[in-house]
Amino acid sequence: MEEANESPFMKYMRKDRLPHIFCAGCGNGIVLNTFFKGMEMAEVDFDNVVMVSGIGCSSRIPGYVKCDSLHTTHGRPISFASGLKLGNPELDVVVFSGDGDAAAIGGNHLIHGARRNMDLTVICINNSIYGMTGGQISPTSPQGSYGTTAPYGAFERPFDLAELVSAAGASYVARWTTAHALQLSNSIKKALENKGFSFVEVISQCPTYYGRKNKMRSPLDMMRWMKENSINKRKADTMDSEELAGKLVVGEFVNKAEREFSQELYDLVEEKYGKKSDAIKSAYRDD
Amino acid sequence: MIKLDPNLCKGCSICTEFCPKGVYEDSKTPDKKGVYVPIPKNQEKCTKCNLCALMCPDQAIKVDENDE
Ligand SMILES: Cc1ncc(C[n+]2csc(CCOP(=O)(O)OP(=O)(O)O)c2C)c(N)n1
Ligand code: SF4
Ligand code: SF4
Ligand code: SF4
Repeated sequence: MEEANESPFMKYMRKDRLPHIFCAGCGNGIVLNTFFKGMEMAEVDFDNVVMVSGIGCSSRIPGYVKCDSLHTTHGRPISFASGLKLGNPELDVVVFSGDGDAAAIGGNHLIHGARRNMDLTVICINNSIYGMTGGQISPTSPQGSYGTTAPYGAFERPFDLAELVSAAGASYVARWTTAHALQLSNSIKKALENKGFSFVEVISQCPTYYGRKNKMRSPLDMMRWMKENSINKRKADTMDSEELAGKLVVGEFVNKAEREFSQELYDLVEEKYGKKSDAIKSAYRDD
Repeated sequence: MIKLDPNLCKGCSICTEFCPKGVYEDSKTPDKKGVYVPIPKNQEKCTKCNLCALMCPDQAIKVDENDE
């Protein structure tokens, strides 16, 4: 129930665990709100949602939410989520992952999840750094940005996650920043509605490590940088790489209906065995 | 009425920055915990769009929809 003095999202949260551990102005809390809003817009039943996460600040999000959840090992939430979805395809399985979790140690799970087009919604909070462990460079840190492991600036080229996951075969892909809360909520709605692998990348602020190391000390400095430097995909498609240097391309990258893995597999079982699989929730049944 | 929960607010000022109507003002004095909880000073300008509640990372804001 919504109480008179509370945030409209408090009804989904484990109040006894608040305030959460995130630093002041960290983007994680904004992404959480936009998830709730997207869920309401998609009319998804909250009781049917399972949140799965790996390890990292962003991966602590499910621990604050009053739904079933799995807090798994670093980089592996998509694997656990795949098992969960195949065990019970009726669940709405949502993965919360950081850029380190999803793209470094978990990079292979990410591309294969997309390739299979299994019906999962993956929300990747990309703060361009490892927040939890003290500001190490991640596979999405922009070239030239500073971190504890890059005192002279990162010289590796970063992954463009939305493009990577699009190329790997996901059927819904979008990218926004935490300064685009309404657009982000709308993309999360579409991601939840899509029957297939949906990937929503959120460029987010870690003021404590990324901000401090890169001359954007406050959350507002970081959010102003995101707002000022983002360009919609439609416009970006008409620009060359020189014009796009340092820009954040936001918008929808993929939205196409495709064959979905768990449905395919259950159909195959039915075809080969002449009846529907009765494995779902079989442990709860009387013998 | 707009209510900010002082037990949840961490004073990031995202509400002050992003409210399209300039409803909030940053506080000049810290509370007991040292947090500068913004003040919803210009409430008459509020359109109840709820963007502040959506963007508050700490779920500290309630915008009452039912009042005058
Ligand atoms: C197998 C393993 N390797 C390394 C770590 C240490 N570790 C914990 S969180 C993390 C990176 C987190 O970065 P990210 O996923 O971007 O999340 P953030 O904290 O930035 O939200 C690492 C390397 C670990 N917990 N387990
Ligand atoms: S260290 Fe960074 S990512 Fe972690 S809670 Fe603080 S601001 Fe957020
Ligand atoms: S956005 Fe929320 S946490 Fe930040 S200053 Fe405003 S009320 Fe406080
Ligand atoms: S509801 Fe909209 S207008 Fe009112 S204070 Fe919040 S952001 Fe400003």
